[in-house]
Amino acid sequence: MRMVDLKLDFNNIQKKPTRDGYGEGLVESGAKNPNVVALGADITASVRVDWFRDQYLDRFISIGIAEQNQVGIAAGLSLTGKVPFVTNYGVFLAGRAWDQIRTTVCYANLNVKLGGAHGGISVGPDGATHQALEEISIMRCLPNMKVVVPADSNETKKATLAAAEIYGPVYIRFGREKVPSITNEDTPFELGEAYCVREGTDVAIIACGVMVYESLVAAEELAKEGIRAMVINNHTVKPLDAKTLIEAARVTGAVVTAEEHQVAGGMGSAVLELLAQSCPVPAKMVGVYDRFGESGDPDVLMKEFGLTSVNVADAVREVLKMKKNAVNREE
Amino acid sequence: MRSNLNEEQLLEKSRWLRINILKMLSKAGSGHPGGSLSAIDILGVLYNNVLQHDPENPHWKERDRLILSKGHICPALYAVLADCGYFHEDELNGLRKYGSMLQGHPCMNKTPGVEVSGGSLGQGLSIATGIALGGRMNQEDFRVYCLMGDGEIQEGQIWEAAMAAGHYKLDHLCGIVDYNGMQIDGAVDEVMTINPCKDKWLAFNWNVIEVDGHDVLKVEEAFKQAEAHKGKPTVIIANTVKGKGVSFMENSAAWHGAAPNHAQLEEALTGLEIKRGVDTK
Ligand SMILES: Cc1ncc(C[n+]2csc(CCOP(=O)(O)OP(=O)(O)O)c2C)c(N)n1
Repeated sequence: MRMVDLKLDFNNIQKKPTRDGYGEGLVESGAKNPNVVALGADITASVRVDWFRDQYLDRFISIGIAEQNQVGIAAGLSLTGKVPFVTNYGVFLAGRAWDQIRTTVCYANLNVKLGGAHGGISVGPDGATHQALEEISIMRCLPNMKVVVPADSNETKKATLAAAEIYGPVYIRFGREKVPSITNEDTPFELGEAYCVREGTDVAIIACGVMVYESLVAAEELAKEGIRAMVINNHTVKPLDAKTLIEAARVTGAVVTAEEHQVAGGMGSAVLELLAQSCPVPAKMVGVYDRFGESGDPDVLMKEFGLTSVNVADAVREVLKMKKNAVNREE
Repeated sequence: MRSNLNEEQLLEKSRWLRINILKMLSKAGSGHPGGSLSAIDILGVLYNNVLQHDPENPHWKERDRLILSKGHICPALYAVLADCGYFHEDELNGLRKYGSMLQGHPCMNKTPGVEVSGGSLGQGLSIATGIALGGRMNQEDFRVYCLMGDGEIQEGQIWEAAMAAGHYKLDHLCGIVDYNGMQIDGAVDEVMTINPCKDKWLAFNWNVIEVDGHDVLKVEEAFKQAEAHKGKPTVIIANTVKGKGVSFMENSAAWHGAAPNHAQLEEALTGLEIKRGVDTK
């Protein structure tokens, strides 16, 4: 398992939206590869594709408000050797164009990149219609698809660059709000490779997106109680890094998953599908439990929907009880 | 490859392709004859006299592309591709069977000559638009064709794509609507009318040509006119008969998605056998 010391000073962490990392990654991909093109859908600036457009106007294609067509045209472009990036709000991209993504893109295994913006409840005031909480489930169930949920802006940039370099469909989920930058330019990133950001032996917290930061904060709190929690940044939901995840479960004997997404079918489900078959251990899941979001301030919503370090720490305490009971039963 | 067949040769080709479609469907025991038979004359003309393509080299970069948006009529496409030599005619016997290269709906990664996978209606014109845009960006001058059903154009995505192709003035894109007037539930006009069809395409900034989709020379002429028309994509509205060429299938919604049994196949083949020399004048 790869260990990465983030050298964090919790009192002094910069914040930046992951969409900025996507925008930067797209521009850099465009500089590296003249075949990279971007399709806009009337929300170009809010998903940071304007940065690419302003640099490479001749490689920007305006589609208008037509998500299904946006995906279909990208499929056609990929058939002429282009590396098209389709960017849209996650709800509309993954939801409205799901059949196009499934049949036209994934079944044919076309080289189309999907940037799912405004992921999670932290979209805030726009409310339930705009808060994507289901995309990880409905994207990861598609054969040939890869799904990445980066932890911060730096990692989103790296994921975007990586997506441009590999062949095949990739869905990158990112958000609108500023989130703590826990990685830096030099932090290693390999698509499909989870890594440990905090060592521990009592429990493994497996997180993605902004929940990696929340999990680190929770681990810090738990340490005061003598609980040693390992934290894994599981940025690639598909393909899962089975080796790292099984090792984490084996070493600690208990798992908590944490994601800003429905627990049904999300990253945690993916991890537990794996562990139930390969290394079953007591588990708890932090995520949204079968509810739609609501309007509100992002911070308020994260609390209301149980997506903070407090919830992660509570889940750890619960799972440790399960672990203890399981051990007692065995004895 | 352009064979430049004359009318007699094209009609004989069509007759032969119809026979293969029926045999393959009968053998498969399921599939879609109605829309295959209405479109086969158009596909025959395209692959023999219009498209620049090379069956020896299906991925040749400069080839013209046909995007089959109404994927359910792939038996018609398979018959034509086999006839052109993309794969051996024996493959047709495997249609819809496990392990076959010929899937129930088109799969580009299994079948040589199939440009895109599909079967979920309404998606092809977007793909064709993307290919046309990419070709233009790459300064390649191939043409892109997209065959749609008349029922299929009830799908909203078709009109998203039509809007985009018109907007980008993709004059190397040519749509074809197989206007056979029927879909599964019955007549298109009763299920959900698409009329005035011509005016819709005109309103989306397309050039429109109407043609008898079974008159092979007129169809060929329409493709030439489409190629000559600059500044706009062209759609050819081809008036056709669903099930064309098999008397008991013609204009029948029941034959949209049912394969002929042995006796029905015999009857259909006898009819087509008699046609030899009748249609060919
Ligand atoms: C998105 C989608 N919805 C429904 C179907 C089922 N379906 C297959 S063929 C068909 C009717 C198509 O009618 P038309 O486009 O007129 O085709 P044709 O008459 O030429 O066979 C339908 C509804 C489908 N394949 N895809």
